[in-house]
Amino acid sequence: MMSTLLKLQQVETYIEEFHILQGISFEARKGEVTVLLGRNGAGKTTTLRTIMGLNKASKGQIFFGNEEIQTLQPYEIANKGMGYVPEDQGIFGELTVEENIKVAMKKDDSQSLERLEWILQIFPDLKKFWQKQSGLLSGGQKQMLSIARAYVKNCELLLIDEPSKGLAPIVVEKVMESIQEMKDKTTIILVEQNFMMASRIGDYFYIVDEGRTVYDGKMQELIGNKELREKHLGIA
Amino acid sequence: MRVSYENKLGSIIFLMVSCLLIVFPLVYEDRNLLIIFTQIFIFAIFAMSYDILLGFTGIISFGHAMFFGIGAYSMSIFMKRFEPEMLYVFLALIVGVFLSAIVSYVVGLLTLRLKTHYYAMLTLALANLFYVGAEKWRSLTEGADGFTFRIPDFLRERVNFYLITLVLMVLVYFALKLFIQSPFGKVLVAIKENEQRTESLGFNILYYKIIASIIAGILASIAGALYAISLRFVNTSVFSIDITLDALLMTIIGGVGTIIGAVIGSGVIEFSHYWLTSLVKLHWIFERWIIFFGILYILTVMFFPKGIVGALTALKRKARHEKKHDQSDKMTG
Repeated sequence: MMSTLLKLQQVETYIEEFHILQGISFEARKGEVTVLLGRNGAGKTTTLRTIMGLNKASKGQIFFGNEEIQTLQPYEIANKGMGYVPEDQGIFGELTVEENIKVAMKKDDSQSLERLEWILQIFPDLKKFWQKQSGLLSGGQKQMLSIARAYVKNCELLLIDEPSKGLAPIVVEKVMESIQEMKDKTTIILVEQNFMMASRIGDYFYIVDEGRTVYDGKMQELIGNKELREKHLGIA
Repeated sequence: MRVSYENKLGSIIFLMVSCLLIVFPLVYEDRNLLIIFTQIFIFAIFAMSYDILLGFTGIISFGHAMFFGIGAYSMSIFMKRFEPEMLYVFLALIVGVFLSAIVSYVVGLLTLRLKTHYYAMLTLALANLFYVGAEKWRSLTEGADGFTFRIPDFLRERVNFYLITLVLMVLVYFALKLFIQSPFGKVLVAIKENEQRTESLGFNILYYKIIASIIAGILASIAGALYAISLRFVNTSVFSIDITLDALLMTIIGGVGTIIGAVIGSGVIEFSHYWLTSLVKLHWIFERWIIFFGILYILTVMFFPKGIVGALTALKRKARHEKKHDQSDKMTG
């Protein structure tokens, strides 16, 4: 049994007056890809933002390792070893690819350089456009940069929000392949609407509905259970 | 970290123009022009300090005059109360810088957590507090009437003072360029683009904003001190919103987030000011020269939102792109 890296217990989050997370609970085990599935507006993105501290949890507890983190500031959470790839990529368009990566790396130690070298092998496009202003990259390249930027900062847990959103199928394939390769290096929590993609790389899944986890299990179980997919995700 | 072609070109042109300006007083004797250039150099330092906030960190402050005023009053009070010697000029500069650093730290700590528009309003209120404070503390400031003071003989010589302000402007320019190209500067740009993303990369935004605010405050204080020396007079107007608006106008007209734009903006505003006031003999409207600045500001925001430097850079990039396009057409054709 793999050890738990992240655990949410009955977490509730409000955005202004809206009660988005209404007691979500789940855990992510070390070395696995945990996929959060659910319909639009179920609260998946808010879950990731709450873990990162970008939305504050009003109730419940979030444990990263053995430490409670829900009261920490986002930068403190990030420095504990968490990387976040938002759904809008969140790259710094005025900076070059190199500058985006170097800002995230913070230091040039051998471990960081090793990670950089590895991620550039996965995303050779980034190497090719190293000096290019990142605002001028294509959507797929921006997504790659966003993932690479989160990865190089030596994170133990990577939160990736809808990496396939708005990308051409061929680019989605490339991004998913890279996430697959990253599985061996880091623990991942993935929010993904594209079930075909999510099922290929996910080890464990949680279905989120109205801000709660309503079902969970091994990904293989969901792949083989058409009824479950239809009931919770609306797909055959 | 990358330094763009436009960036390098801007710095080279700036250096060449600065060299020409060094020899200018030796070949052309015009007291008025010397004074105008001195004002340009001083306000260029002030506008560059504002650009660190607005152009590189995305902080809109309406209270930058606070630091300008602190510098101006530190210098003026020292010069009035002590002998006009260079030692006291340096002491006054140090005191002004120190006070500005403390005030910008405290103000930053209190306000920089706020969202942009709340921050802008609060800085306006704090600057007004300083203004009113200076008005009321007449025993020290002599209020709106102000006071004159003597300065060291070395600085009384206009050419010397011109050269000092020029050299300071050049030093500030290159120091800020280095600062912005540093990893710290890149984090500031990242903050300007997206605070939350920068924070989720592990950066304490408040810390970076406060440091930027302290640097901007210190430079504004130096500009204020030089301004007081240039006039040999000070009154509470150095704390007024007009001073902040000058910096805002210079930065926006020149080009936000470029440093060199602040210098160009300072030149444009100061020369326009001089030229418009000289037209008073022709028509009374030129007494209200600020109206023209208002129009200039509106036109710039509407048609050149990136200012003079931004517009020139865009033109240059377009020309280069077209040239590239033509070359590839020739090769394929």
